[in-house]
Amino acid sequence: MKILKARPEACNECYACLDACARARFKAAEREKAALRIAPRDPATGLVSFITCNQCGECIDYCPVQAICRAKSGVVRIDRDRCVGCYSCVAFCPRGAMFMQDDLNEPFKCISCGKCVRECPTGALYLEEVNKN
Amino acid sequence: MREQAAAKGRKILASLDYPLRPVEKGYANRSLYVNLTDRAILSKPVTDEMKEIFIGGRGFGLWYLWNAVTEKTKWDDPENEIVISAGPIGGITQYPGAGKSIVVTLSPTTGTVIDSNVGGHFGPLLKFSGWDALEIQGQAEKDVIIFIDGNAGRVTIEEAGPGPGDSHLIIEQLMDIYAPTEEDKRHVSVVTTGTGAEHTLIGMLNFSFYDLHRKIVRVKQAGRGGTGTVFRAKKIRALVVKYAGVKGDSNGPADKKKINAAGIRLHREIAALDDRQCRMRRTGTTYLVQIMNDHDILPVHNFKFGSHPDAHRLNDRYWRTRFSPGKADGCWYGCTLACAHVAMEHRLKTGPYKGQVVAVDGPEYETIAGVGSNCGIFDPDSVLELNFYCDTYGIDTISFGNITAFLMECFEKGIINEKITGGLKLTFGNAEAALELLHQMARGEGFGRLAGQGVRRLKRILAEQYGADAAFLQDIGMEAKGLEYSLYVSKESLAQQGGYGLTNKGPQHDEAWLIFMDMVLNQIPTFEDKAEALYYFPMFRTWFSLNGLCKLPWNDIVPADNADTDEPAKVPEHVENYVNLFSGVTGRNITKEDLITMSEAVYNFQRVFNLKMGFGTREHDAVPYRSLGPATVEEYESRADRYDRQLKELAGFDPEGKSTEEKLRALRKYREDQYQRLIDAVYARRGWAANGVPTLETLKRLKIDFPDVVALVEKHLPRQ
Repeated sequence: MKILKARPEACNECYACLDACARARFKAAEREKAALRIAPRDPATGLVSFITCNQCGECIDYCPVQAICRAKSGVVRIDRDRCVGCYSCVAFCPRGAMFMQDDLNEPFKCISCGKCVRECPTGALYLEEVNKN
Repeated sequence: MREQAAAKGRKILASLDYPLRPVEKGYANRSLYVNLTDRAILSKPVTDEMKEIFIGGRGFGLWYLWNAVTEKTKWDDPENEIVISAGPIGGITQYPGAGKSIVVTLSPTTGTVIDSNVGGHFGPLLKFSGWDALEIQGQAEKDVIIFIDGNAGRVTIEEAGPGPGDSHLIIEQLMDIYAPTEEDKRHVSVVTTGTGAEHTLIGMLNFSFYDLHRKIVRVKQAGRGGTGTVFRAKKIRALVVKYAGVKGDSNGPADKKKINAAGIRLHREIAALDDRQCRMRRTGTTYLVQIMNDHDILPVHNFKFGSHPDAHRLNDRYWRTRFSPGKADGCWYGCTLACAHVAMEHRLKTGPYKGQVVAVDGPEYETIAGVGSNCGIFDPDSVLELNFYCDTYGIDTISFGNITAFLMECFEKGIINEKITGGLKLTFGNAEAALELLHQMARGEGFGRLAGQGVRRLKRILAEQYGADAAFLQDIGMEAKGLEYSLYVSKESLAQQGGYGLTNKGPQHDEAWLIFMDMVLNQIPTFEDKAEALYYFPMFRTWFSLNGLCKLPWNDIVPADNADTDEPAKVPEHVENYVNLFSGVTGRNITKEDLITMSEAVYNFQRVFNLKMGFGTREHDAVPYRSLGPATVEEYESRADRYDRQLKELAGFDPEGKSTEEKLRALRKYREDQYQRLIDAVYARRGWAANGVPTLETLKRLKIDFPDVVALVEKHLPRQ
């Protein structure tokens, strides 16, 4: 299974990754609709941090309608038709990597599609193949 | 659906096709009226005035029932109604505890109006199907099922035909019919009861929801006041609603942003703090058992005592090992407080289903204390067995626990004996006898049939037929207004004595739970303080039942800095959430003060409703002495130091050299006087006359001065 990983030291905060993600998922211009975040630089290290989903699947059991499941590829996906928009998964995600926006009924998350990786000019993001288990 | 029903040999007796339309700002704007006598099915408009004054939920139930019954109507008359409504916030999925239904009817045990708040999916699915309330009047000739198909826009009254009589089997059968595929199951909710509701006056209603993770149907109970008994008197086998398509905006909110913000704030609070606070997500309300025992307020042996050395056997440490772990145990979507736990694989040892392995919903605190400690039963398996059978028979565990404990005390006192009980050795701790009593209730046989009449009637029957001392039975029989007590010992908290005694429906803690504020923290020392608490909290808690909300996410989880706020007992941040939820759903901008006024209108209307039914005045706020203090020498002597000290320090009575009987009398005089003074203070704060009737000014201020209300109240107000 592929998971999204970051090299914070390479990030120049151009946000091309967020733009690419929001565009790909929602045809939206708002960066808030991207399924990852870049947190501000830590004054101590001088580095940004990335909030990305590691496909741990912790959210699966919190969903009351089983709208979240692991696809064959190993990636955790939300079935938007099934989702009742309760946001339990948003609150209980251990990494804060499940997102919501007020004009969307359903939460959203990274599905390791790699669009952000391709748009990143500095190679700060990459997909890593990990064992599903 | 006609075909589906027909395929199962089910005859359609009447039907209504209705246009589908979305819910707007929390309201479907119509309610469904079904008359089982003449089989009329009507759509009634929900008016702006109803929304303005009665809000929804309990408010709508009271309004419809008020218009349906006269002062002469009895619970089993056809004109009595069962009204079920969720309220405007009911059905939102973003905020924990927002799927409650409120059942309103005339109660068989109190003779006046009862409201009972219950989880499960029925209320929200009813609303999304197009109905703010379901109002059922009349009486069918043979058992019927009312089916609401919220996707097809069709309501049918169907002949139930042959079938099982107990809840778990009825639901199993109906799920097969109305939700034939696994995918259908979560779209269906069933309301039903069991054989116990038919043969007792303490019948309750089970509201179902489908547990997708465990693939079983679960139930929550509208327990109080005999709603299930009324249901069976109307010959209703079940209500079934089916609605596929619940989404985050199904409730049509005016401003979803506000709801999202409140919801995510509370979800995160629960995620971060529940493990350190009440652990509701893991063991639900069972955490209360040990706390109540430690504070000497866990009912033991018919409320004689407040603790027991074996109570630990029933505390949350045990239930943690017994409950099936689950991360989505809410009884409606989005309830991350998730207290609806289940004990899987209980092998039944008694009764008609002996030998079968079943899943038991709960037990919750009230059940553990009711059928457990209050009856001296500390074996968790027996508690589970009693819980299962009460649920499937449709019997309220709180009333059953009180009745059984009361009879056990009578048995041990020699007031009743094996000849009277038909061989049942009803001693404290005898789980086998308690179970047999329960099975008899369900069968409508033997001593169980008598016991099923409830504590108030039992007091009269034992005095009249078996020569018992009526005054003594009044002291120890834990009911007021005809409703059995919920499970907290109120002896040491004057405010809670009022919290139980000065309720509209009878002693149920959903109006006020003030024991810690009063007894432990001493935050409300004066009569005025207590009266203020008995004004604010009952009104505040009433608001949940107007809106389809659960009380638990209000204060069974609190923000990390709650203790630093001005009024921690009110949980100010959560009150702010409720203000935002209401305006976010309805578009009506309200303040936290409005929230209290809204409740006050409905609360006072309910008080006047009691008046209409021949109650609602001061004498009906009387309570059994055991809720105020030690009723027997045994109780006094078990806590003699405490009572001796109180006599000396508070009552100005020197206990030195006095007999226990003398001290008992002196303490009683003091405490009964305190209770009367409390009543005076509370009535004044609530805007009621000294006889407990709301004044005309109060009615006007709350805009419930309807001509019939005023005419009724004028008859009862004291002459100036």
